[in-house]
This record gives sequence, structure tokens and C-alpha cells, in this order.
Amino acid sequence: MSTPDVSTPGATPILEARDVSKSFFGIEVLHGVSLHLQPGSVHGLVGENGAGKSTLMKIFAGVHQRDAGTVLFDGEEVDFGHPIKAMQAGLATVFQEFTLLPERTVAENVFLGREPRKAGFVDNRGMSAKTGALLAELGIDFIDPNARVASLSVAEQQIVEITKALSFDARVISMDEPTAALADHEVELLHGIIERLKARGVAILYVSHRLKEVFDLCDTVTVLKDGALVWSGPTTELTPDSMVRMMVGRSITSFFPGALEGTTVGETRLTVTDGGNGYVDGIDLDLRAGEIVGVAGLQGAGRTELAEAIFGAVPFTRGTMTIDGEPLVVRSTRKAVRSGLALITEDRKAQGLALHQSVLDNTLLVIRGVFASRTRTVRREVPGILSSLEISFRGLDQEVQFLSGGNQQKVVLTKWLATKPRVVILDEPTRGIDVGAKVAVYQLMRELAKDGVAILMVSSELPEVIGMSDRILVMHDGRITAELEPGSSEETILSAATGTIGGALEEVA
Amino acid sequence: MSTATTRPKRRMRLDSTVIVYIALIVVIIIGAILVNTAGRNFFSLGNIRDILTGMSVLGLVAVGQTLVILTGSLDLSVPYVISLSSLLAAETMRGNPNNIAQGVLLALAFAAIAGLANGLVVTKLKVNGFIATLGVGLIIKGYLDTNYQGSAGSVPAAFQFIGATGLGPVPISTIIMLALATLVFLFLRKTRMGHHIYAVGGSLEVSRLSGLRTARPIIVAHVICSVMAGLAGLLLASRLGVGSPTVGSQGGYDLLSIAAVVLGGTILAGGRGSIWGTIGGVAIFAVLDSVMSAIQFNPFLKDVVRGVVIVAAVAIYTGRGVERRRARFATKEVQR
Amino acid sequence: MSDATTAPAFGTRALNALRVLISPRGAVFLLLAILLVAITALNPNFADPGQFIRFVQRVAPIAIVAIGQYFVIVSGEFDLSVGSVIATQVVLAGNLIGQDESKIVPVTLLMIGVGILIGLINGLVTTLLRVPSFIVTLGMMLALLGIVYYVTGGSASGNPVDSFREIGRGGIRDVPIFGIIPWAVIILAVTLAVAILISKSPYGKTLIAAGDNVTTQRYSGVRVWWVKTSAFVISSLSATIAGILLVGYAGVHPSVGRGYEFIAITAVVLGGVVLGGGRGWVVAAAAGAFTLEALFTLLNFADVPSTWRDTIQGVIIIAAVAYSAVAFRARRKGRAPLASPEQGKASESAPADPAPHTTSMEG
Repeated sequence: MSTPDVSTPGATPILEARDVSKSFFGIEVLHGVSLHLQPGSVHGLVGENGAGKSTLMKIFAGVHQRDAGTVLFDGEEVDFGHPIKAMQAGLATVFQEFTLLPERTVAENVFLGREPRKAGFVDNRGMSAKTGALLAELGIDFIDPNARVASLSVAEQQIVEITKALSFDARVISMDEPTAALADHEVELLHGIIERLKARGVAILYVSHRLKEVFDLCDTVTVLKDGALVWSGPTTELTPDSMVRMMVGRSITSFFPGALEGTTVGETRLTVTDGGNGYVDGIDLDLRAGEIVGVAGLQGAGRTELAEAIFGAVPFTRGTMTIDGEPLVVRSTRKAVRSGLALITEDRKAQGLALHQSVLDNTLLVIRGVFASRTRTVRREVPGILSSLEISFRGLDQEVQFLSGGNQQKVVLTKWLATKPRVVILDEPTRGIDVGAKVAVYQLMRELAKDGVAILMVSSELPEVIGMSDRILVMHDGRITAELEPGSSEETILSAATGTIGGALEEVA
Repeated sequence: MSTATTRPKRRMRLDSTVIVYIALIVVIIIGAILVNTAGRNFFSLGNIRDILTGMSVLGLVAVGQTLVILTGSLDLSVPYVISLSSLLAAETMRGNPNNIAQGVLLALAFAAIAGLANGLVVTKLKVNGFIATLGVGLIIKGYLDTNYQGSAGSVPAAFQFIGATGLGPVPISTIIMLALATLVFLFLRKTRMGHHIYAVGGSLEVSRLSGLRTARPIIVAHVICSVMAGLAGLLLASRLGVGSPTVGSQGGYDLLSIAAVVLGGTILAGGRGSIWGTIGGVAIFAVLDSVMSAIQFNPFLKDVVRGVVIVAAVAIYTGRGVERRRARFATKEVQR
Repeated sequence: MSDATTAPAFGTRALNALRVLISPRGAVFLLLAILLVAITALNPNFADPGQFIRFVQRVAPIAIVAIGQYFVIVSGEFDLSVGSVIATQVVLAGNLIGQDESKIVPVTLLMIGVGILIGLINGLVTTLLRVPSFIVTLGMMLALLGIVYYVTGGSASGNPVDSFREIGRGGIRDVPIFGIIPWAVIILAVTLAVAILISKSPYGKTLIAAGDNVTTQRYSGVRVWWVKTSAFVISSLSATIAGILLVGYAGVHPSVGRGYEFIAITAVVLGGVVLGGGRGWVVAAAAGAFTLEALFTLLNFADVPSTWRDTIQGVIIIAAVAYSAVAFRARRKGRAPLASPEQGKASESAPADPAPHTTSMEG
């Protein structure tokens, strides 16, 4: 494969949008947006939610049809009416929600709909071999083409998605928030794959909220705001601050709000002593009122398991807990909730919301389920909480499935705020939500701290951990291996997370 | 690049079909003991033949039901398709061996149309399988109730032959059933349509995005299922010598076939399962039936046993099949 | 339910009401109205209050079972055992009460106890052993029927004293206009009222949300096993009440109640309740039962042979669900706009509800 020349001006872009516009039911979502993508380069697409980047990506993917403007693929005008047409043409898309069949094997997924045949019958062995070859091209040797996709990790499933794209001989691969669910070393793996794809001449469209990655990875970037193009050009001409300002009109320094005036770190609210179960061990921690404790670590380190253990979803089987000085035995989430704990889960759609129910019904979920007698009073407080979070929606009876990610997260937060918790645990609180909503979440955390709530925040976004935590715990292999100062560097945290700092060098029993 | 840092290694899952056959062996052992205690020989040729005979009809229906359940649908119309097929065949044959072919063709054509109706209601009217096939079944039932007061038609001796003979202890009907099961198994494994049946059952959305015409596998599954039911009806007609409007519902073939499929490891939501697992489930039911007859268990209480077995089996089965994250630490003590 | 501060104009409200009537939620009421009018047209006597109240009396057992089934279905499960529960209760009443009036109360209490027990077993096996409710209640149906037939040998047995039969047959006599208000009607009204209260209560809302997403409820501190099991208990109790009523006019043969589970599910689906859970209105489920019975009554008066009843039921049930599917899809498309189109594939390419899959049968 020849190495295409990204720097030569005038090289034919493999993918180009010219003045593309799109409206949904009278509301204009994209307005005259243009961008171009050169072969063998990575092009970042950034913007707040509602900025239009997802819509643009879906127009490329053939999920939506544009209303105006042109889309050119390899110099020719195209209009994909169905995602499969785009894939067949060589424009593959890896969506945030994976399009994989969990019960089928990797090979069966990669060749779904195009199963290779020999003498009229499906050639299962050949399919497996071809899949293995594709994986090898990506430098992957640890995924078995005959493995059931359900048995793979999130990162591995994503690789399967990319392999699927490659099997179409894709010349452009669009990725929507590819690293949202990955830990740092898996992100590295993905970046390695992207480099290989670049070397093959594949162009990558990289849609992401993770600005650091956009800077690390992308050769060129397009910034969208409110459906319009703000800027498009080489990444080298931008700084993170200027990018954010273009996206939101806000400086990056105000991104993580500091502690509010009057916040004091008070009494210990929650302690865990030598807590353990099948997934975590030797957990000693205490959470004090007004304090935000961040938990960092790689995927699989046990952070979510820690949160679930404290919350009683997968309870501790060893050790003790206390709340506000009183002993606490949590064997069920009900007990945890009754004791004043709250858990904002990792996956709000699957674990935090009832998608077909109204906003009101969702906010009253915990109250009705655990504190039924308070329903009437809380019902009156709910609108106030929602507006203090600046939620945007059509009304209390709108089904939450129609809300954006950020607004959905606000509904989840309201659900828990209604219970007036003493300890709040958040697991990836800003995953998949736009910048404006993220700020709202951070501000809420600061307000809760001021009110004396103890906060435990699990996060994979190191800037977030560093920016918000009063103390940083690092987990590795199910144990807490380090406690770091606020403002620790990313390198320090990562070292602790990979087990090269702190007590992680002890022998595993 | 190793998986060590991603997640603890996934544990090997015992294949569901293997579990079913282990269960079958256990049931046979216990059954044999019980039967021998009652003074009969479980492994006598006659007994084995009875068990295999018992497997044929349910086996045919269950194989078809497996396909439908794999797509995420269900077929509750089978009892009535069975009954009407038996009647159509018997009435067309009218005791005349020259009419056998016509009878068979008519019965199967009707069955295919019923299956097509099921499939179209599910895919075009977007009604779920439970309701769609319940509806179609009731429609057929009304027709049966109105036009038939009792058995009708007559099956010529040549055709009755099929229901009666065997190769040694193995009845021809069982051989036919197993042959068809094998064909369906190969169909699932080696044709695109077969793969797509698993796909639409796994996720309609993903299938659609991958360019599959999602209606086709579902319709095909329903047609095959109804044709299998039609074959079952023919087999029953062959055994009875006549067609009967109640033979299908009396046998409880709808719920029993679903039970056999679930027992065999296919999940009701679709997307995962195997034909051989289903055959194992059918075998378990046949052995249970035979054992209960041999020890002269009250026929009404047979249903109680069936009910309990179904639930218990699925309970044990679902408990095992759940893929949990592999625990890193022992729950109680950890050596330091 | 809205937080609007100004009351909408009458015209808007009327339009909204009309919209509800056409939606899957409300269509059943429209259909019921049309059928009742059609019946009266064919047989003007039907509109006579005395006749009409007897119609309601006939529907009562089915409506009560449908109400019970509603709670199970809205929580995302199935209860296929209700027909057998009815048979069990009917046989219990027949055999244990006999001609001894003093036995009525204790036996009734026993029946209620048995009903609760069956519901508990159904619920606990579904939630704690994680067996799909379809399978559990199927097994329960087979087991109960087997026991009942074993005990009775397949024939009617026992002969409960007339005062017990009165519950199903009789009522308050010499009432103006209606002539008689059957106990069955009163019991139905009370059951419906209680059901409405339950569905609006925090428990009821929790149940519906559990049908929508059981994982979310688990993470919200809800005791899912308890919530779902109690729905099964409600269903079995409803079947018990229906059984008590049926003793009055159907006798004590073990075949009483056969097929009720499918009639109940048909009624619930006709009422716009989504199989798979998370959505639906209990009053609509009851209305579904009335609509079914009204249809059969209409066919009776139109001299359609009763053997075609099943065929008609089949067509209706398909039509009702197909209609729901179409209407839900249209509603979703209509609501999608302000949903940010960034919302992922959900708004544009979502499969219609109810999807060709039988949803969440895994329980």
C-alpha cells in the first residue's frame, strides 16, 4: 500500500462533505458544514452534544440522508440510503453501541450477511481463517475467531467491530467515541491499530469528547458548534484551550470547578475496614463529609466492583463497614439505600433508567421503591431539582429514552438527590455526555460536598480525577494500592495503576 | 498485548447440549432402576421401541419449534396444524393407496400456508410470535370445531405401515425424525439462511444494520416449523388410521415442544440454541413417559411430574449457564 | 401529570381525549362502545338495565382474571396457570364445602390461602430460581391440572351448598331499574377499584418500572423478587375470586376455567398493554375483557355458530396487537424530533413495539 501524502495540498480527499445541511422535523441540526478527509490520516470531529457531529457521522454512514449539500467519496458524489451500502462502498462506521451479536462467534459477526460460501454452502472454516488473517493485519493475536463475542471484553469487542469494517475493505473508518469504555492501556492498543490502519492508507474519522486523544491522534480536526462549522484544519494550529473555547465558548480552566466556599472536610461518614469479596480484597477506606475521593485504575482493577460492594449490589463477604459511626452491614442494595447511600452507575441506560417511563417516574424510582411514604412530598420537590440541574426536556411526562445523554444523567442524579443521601458513589459520572452537562455534574458534586455529603468518584478520565478529587485512591488487581495527593500527575497515577508504585509489588497470595 | 491486564480469563462454559445429554443419561439410569424394581426390563427391545416411537412425533414438532424460537418467535399453532393435517391427509386418501401422494401433498401444502401466515403476521403486521401464532391457531381451531365432530377420513394400510414398522427396535418414524433433524441441523450450520436465523434472533437491529432482510429468516423458520407439524400430523394419521380434530391439542404439542426446546438449551429470547439439544429434551420426556407407564404411575399425575421436571431442569440449567465474572479472590478467607 | 401552570382549553382537552381514544391505550374503549351499540342494534333488549347487568355478571370472572394478569404482564412476566388455579379452587369448593354451610368461611379462607401459595411459588421460582415465568407457570398449570384430575378422576365432584353458589349466581334483589345487582358485579367493581389504587400507588409504579428495566430497579434498592412475586400473588388471587364466582354458574367440573389464561392474555393485549412489560393501564385490561365478551355476545345475536368463536378470537387478538404496533411506531416517530437526533439509532431505525420478538420471556 502506498503511503498517501497528507501534507500535499490538493491531494484528493477520500471523503468530503460540502455544505451539508440536515433538519429533523423542522429543526436544523446541521447547517452548511464542510470537511474533508485525506487517505491515511486521522481527522477529529469535536463539538458539544447538539453540535451536529453525530448527525454528520451518521449521514456519512448512511443512517441519515442529508437535506442539502454534497458528500463525495473518493471524488464521486454519493448518497447512501442504508448503512450497508456505505459499508459496501468502503465507508465503515464503528458506533458507540456495538453492532455485534453476542451469541455468535467473532467470525460469524465479522461476516454477518456475507458469509463466504463454498459449493453453495457456508464455508465456516474459511470464514474463521479469513477472520484470523484480518485480525493479524491489525496486529491482534489474542482474539480467537471462534470465540463467542459475549465472552470478550469491551475492548476486544471493539476490535471485532474494526475487523468487521476492515473486512469490507474500508477506506474510511468512522469511530464514534471509540475510547469511551476503554481503560488507558486499551486506548493505547486502539491507537496502535489506528496507526496500522493509517499506514494502510485508511482514513479515520475520529469523533470524540476526549480532547487529549484528539490532540494525540488526529492530524486534522473539525470543530462544530450548534450545527455549524467553526474551524477545520491541522491539529498543530490549535491548543486544547482554544479548541474548547471554540466548542463551548468557555475557557478550559473553568472546566473543573473548585471547592465551593464554606466546604469543610468534616467527620468520617463511611468507613470500610478490610472489606473483600470475590472481586476486591483488603479494602480500607474512609470517606469524610465534604470530601470528594477519586478512584482511578485500569479496566479490571476492581473499581466498579468496589462501588458495587459498598452499595450492596455485589456485597462484601469479609470485613466491616460503618456509617456515621454506626456499624453497617450491607447485603442488599435496599439496605444501602435505606442507610443513605446512593450509586450513580456506569451504564445509565441499562442500570440507571427505565427508558419507556416518564422523566417524573424515573426521578421517583428510588423513592417509590424504597421510601414510598415520602412520595407525595418528593413529587413536589422534583421539578425544582431538575431545573437546578438545568435539564432541558419537553416536560415531566416525556419518556426518558428521548432525552440526550447529558439530560438522562441529570434525571439519574435527580433520582438520587431526592433520597437526600449521606454518601454518594459515582461511577463514570460524565461518560458519554456533552461538555455542558459535565460541568453541571461537577458543580453538583461541589454543592453536595458543601452540604456535607461524602463523595466517592470512580473515573477513567484522569483529568477528571485530578481536577475534582480531594484525595486519589488507585486500584490495581482488586486492591487499593496507593493513596495520592490531590493534583498528582497523570504519570504518577498511571504508575500506581499499573502496579509499579506502592504495595502492589507484594506477592499475590 | 496479553489479556492479563484486561480482565480475568473467562471460564470455559460447559456446552449446553452436553448438559442435556448428561441429564438424559441420569434420567435413563434412574428410570432403569425404577422400572426394574417394578419387575420390568427398561432395556428390553420392546421398551426401547416404545420410547423411540414416543420421540418421533414430539421430535418433529420440537425441531420445527427450535427454529422458530431461535428467531425469537414462538409457535402456538402447532396442535391445530397437526390435527388439520391429519384430517386433510386421511380424507384425501380415503383408504385408497393411490391417493397417498395427494394426501401427503395437500396436508403439507396446508401446513406450509399456515406457517407462511404465521411468518407474515409476525414480520409484516409486527405482532409478536406468541400472539400471532395463538391467533392463527385459534383461527384454525374454529375451522376444526365447525367442520369436524370427530375423526374422519381413512388411511390406507400402505401408509399405516410407516407408523407401525421399524428396523429392529428402531421405528421408521424415529429414523425419519432423526433424518429430518439432521437436515435441519445442517441447514442451520451450513446455509446463510441458517446463520441468519440465529442473527435475527440475537438482534433484529444488528441484523438490519448489517443489511440482512430480517423478515425472511423468520418466515422461513415459521414455514419449516409448520411443515414439521404437518409431518407430525401425517405420522399420527398413519398410526391412528384416521384423521382426528383433537389429536394435536390432546397431545399438548404446543407447550410440550416449547418445553423440550427450552430443556434442550435454547433460550426463549432467541439467538442461541441447538437442534441436538432439543432432541435430548425430547428424549428426556419420552423416557420419563415410558418409565411412568411402566411403574403404572397414574396418568394424571404424569402431568405433575412433567411440570415439575420442566421447571426444575430449566432452573438448574439457567443457574449454570449464567456467565459470571470469574472471581479473583476466595469468598471467605484469603491467605496473605 | 404535567406541570403546566395554566389549564388547557376545553378544545385542546377534547382533542387530547380523542387522541387517547385512538391510541392503543384508549382504542379498546372505543371498540367496546361500538360493539355495545351494535349489540343493542341487533337486540334492543340488551339495553335493558336488567339484561345489561346480567351481561356484566357474565363478564365478571374473565375481567377479574384479566385484571390479575395485567399486573403480571406489566411487570414483564406471564401467568399461564390461572386456568388451572380456577379449576383447583372450583374443585376445592365443591369437595370441601359440601352441603355444610358452616364450612363456607373456613374453606373460602383455605382457598384464598391456596391461591396465595400458588402465586408465591410462581413468583419465587421465577425470581429466585430465575426460570422464565412462561416455563414456571406452564409447569404449574400442568401440575395443578394433573392433581385436580387425579383427585376428581376427571368428573364433576362435590356439590357446594346453594348459599355458596349464590355468590356467583345471585345478588341484591329488588333493586330499582336493574332488578338485581349481582354479587359478581359488586365484587368486580371492588376488585377494579382496588386494582386502580394499587396501580397508582408507589408499589404499582415500581412494578411497572420493574417491567421496563429490572436491572435499574435492582440498582435502585428495590426488592425485585418481592415486587414481582406479589404480582403473581395478585394474579392467583384474582383467579381464586373468579373461581368462587364460577362455582355459582359453571359448576364444579375440573374443566371449569380451561383456556382462561389465553382469554385473559387476549383481553390484556386488547387493552393495549404491551407484552414484555413497562406499559399499560389496568382499566384498559378490564375493558379488554368486556370487549371480548361483547364481541362474542354480538356474534351470538348475529347467529354466528359458536364453533367459530375461536376463529374470531384469533383474528381479534392479531388485529389488536397489530394495531398497537402501528400506533406505537407512529407515536415514536412523532415524538422523536425534540429528542436530539444525536440520540443514537433509537429514534430512526428502532424496531416497532411490540417487536416480532416475544420480549423478555426470560423473566
